[in-house]
Amino acid sequence: MNKPYNHTTATLALAKASFRSIMRSPSAVVFTLAFPLIFILVFGFLGGGGVKVDLAVAPGSDLQNPVMQALEHTAVIRLIKDKNNEEIQNELEKGHYAGVINIQKSGNEKPEYLANVSYSAASIDKGNILKSVLNNLMYTLNSKDLKPAVAEIRESTVQGRTYRTIDFILPGQLGFSLLSTGVFGTAFVFFNLRQTLVIKRFFATPVRRSSIILGEGLARIGFALLGAVFIIVIGHFFFDFTLIHGVTTVLNMLILSVIGLVVFMGFGFVVSGIAKSESTIPPISNIITLPQFLLSGTFFSIDNFPSWLQPISKALPLTYLNDAMRQIAFEGAGLWDVRQQILIMLIWGLGIYALAVRVFKWE
Amino acid sequence: MDQPHAIISVRNLIKNYADFNAVKGISFDVYNHEIFGLLGPNGAGKTTTLEIIETLREKTSGEIYVDGLSVDKDANAIKRIIGVQLQAAGYYPNLNLVELLELFAGLYGVKVKPMEMLEKVNLQDKAKAKYKALSGGQKQRFSIATTLLNSPKIIFLDEPTTGLDPQARRNLWDLISEIRDQGTTVVLTTHYMDEAEQLCDRVAFVESGEIIALDSPDNLIDQLISSGFERKKEVKKANLEDVFINLTGQQWREG
Ligand SMILES: Nc1ncnc2c1ncn2[C@@H]1O[C@H](COP(=O)(O)OP(=O)(O)OP(=O)(O)O)[C@@H](O)[C@H]1O
Ligand SMILES: [Mg+2]
Repeated sequence: MNKPYNHTTATLALAKASFRSIMRSPSAVVFTLAFPLIFILVFGFLGGGGVKVDLAVAPGSDLQNPVMQALEHTAVIRLIKDKNNEEIQNELEKGHYAGVINIQKSGNEKPEYLANVSYSAASIDKGNILKSVLNNLMYTLNSKDLKPAVAEIRESTVQGRTYRTIDFILPGQLGFSLLSTGVFGTAFVFFNLRQTLVIKRFFATPVRRSSIILGEGLARIGFALLGAVFIIVIGHFFFDFTLIHGVTTVLNMLILSVIGLVVFMGFGFVVSGIAKSESTIPPISNIITLPQFLLSGTFFSIDNFPSWLQPISKALPLTYLNDAMRQIAFEGAGLWDVRQQILIMLIWGLGIYALAVRVFKWE
Repeated sequence: MDQPHAIISVRNLIKNYADFNAVKGISFDVYNHEIFGLLGPNGAGKTTTLEIIETLREKTSGEIYVDGLSVDKDANAIKRIIGVQLQAAGYYPNLNLVELLELFAGLYGVKVKPMEMLEKVNLQDKAKAKYKALSGGQKQRFSIATTLLNSPKIIFLDEPTTGLDPQARRNLWDLISEIRDQGTTVVLTTHYMDEAEQLCDRVAFVESGEIIALDSPDNLIDQLISSGFERKKEVKKANLEDVFINLTGQQWREG
């Protein structure tokens, strides 16, 4: 009895209990695992062939050159040759073509050819794919005569980086899964613990309020990470989801998941505080999650949205989580490279927790 | 006779809910190792008083010491030495009894064997059951098990026998007596006068937030008789409850 009270023990006991409870709760499992998985399966099978990027060839461009030959053999790129300037311009503006290429003899010895490429601002994600393909291609071609070994390695990289539908869909689904676990899970659990007087009974023990929040948070993070690993593993091994740096990429994605989840849990605390009854939790939560589900690039790139919608999309925290996830997974970015996205999420976090502190109720 | 040691002392306790005076300046002591009963009609202020002593509610004014600790300054130290059964409480969802006890052991920061705790309240067969799936009496017994985890000096039981069948009630009396015999002070509330008479060493009658009588059940009865009170009807040597017990046996019921 004289031994000092250990808050860590209490926190961990709560985390363990909460984790067990979540694992046995059908709705948590459905939201975190089944839901995203269904979308991944659907899109994984639908878009199994990977993404094609349309690249227009400007009329009058030289066609008999190594660059053009290499492009012909690049699986990701579909060359559109028999269109006139006006048609090409039109399609570019709509974002149907990722860019237009015009190759001309330079008249010099080196470089022998000059390739002019214009990208479409209406299709930035495809434009990025095109850029990386072209960069790699040029590097391969230019270094061919000098160092064959290097060219070999580079070439394999070009072919390995096919941007598939799954590369877009999976991070979006992961982000949305984190959003729904964070908001719904947290809101329900704290509302119910309060209503059923579980928290009151906790308060009759020496446990601190912070331990209750922390314990619940840890359990939810643990559960969400398990879900994330599960989704990534299924995506990677069954649908060739791209993980540029393998395990490192996965770890970066998980760290990002934790940041996102902590922010989203803030919304959950707010909902649990303002909900008047259990049945008002889903509608309030939906007000938070649905717009992000639709507008944060979960299914479609936000670049495809009309311009009046874009500012709304660019204000939502899930947009930045999705964006950062995709950059880390497909482009091999590190956490430092996506610091801007993380910063915006953290700003959201600050705001939402400031609100949560005001509206959260213990009893 | 030695002056008994007061483990709880309540002085001039007042509790107002907005402009409603629920507790109107009550004072009493609970002695070490006794079973102390708070009796009184619905809404008298029993639960309010208990929960203020348990540090779960704020008082409006007054002074309360629990084992020498002030409820104002040492709430956390008090929580470590008391066990609390609330009149209405819930338990973490989706967990079985063993897991719930593990959770509470963690919250109290003690090491206990959950099965031993369940044996104390005769629930070892329900170790893997969920709290929700227990009968009313089993729920009460489980709640009492959670109050014993930290080997408390005092346990508070708010209507522990409400809704129980006669056997379950008697078995709970035995359990509560055993707990007291092992050195724990017990404070309870009840609406059953036979229970208070059998179980409690002293009782306080609370009405509308005031204590209107406080003594041992024996003394209170004697006082009433000496004032000339008589029961209207001659009591038979047994009552219907005796018939019930006699017909249905005395064992713990698991149903
Ligand atoms: N949170 C509260 N807010 C306002 N009034 C309250 C609150 N809790 C209790 N009261 C009022 O205070 C009075 C005492 O309530 P309390 O629960 O202490 O009664 P009790 O003696 O335990 O009754 P019972 O035998 O029905 O359990 C009641 O009139 C009740 O309506
Ligand atoms: Mg009461």
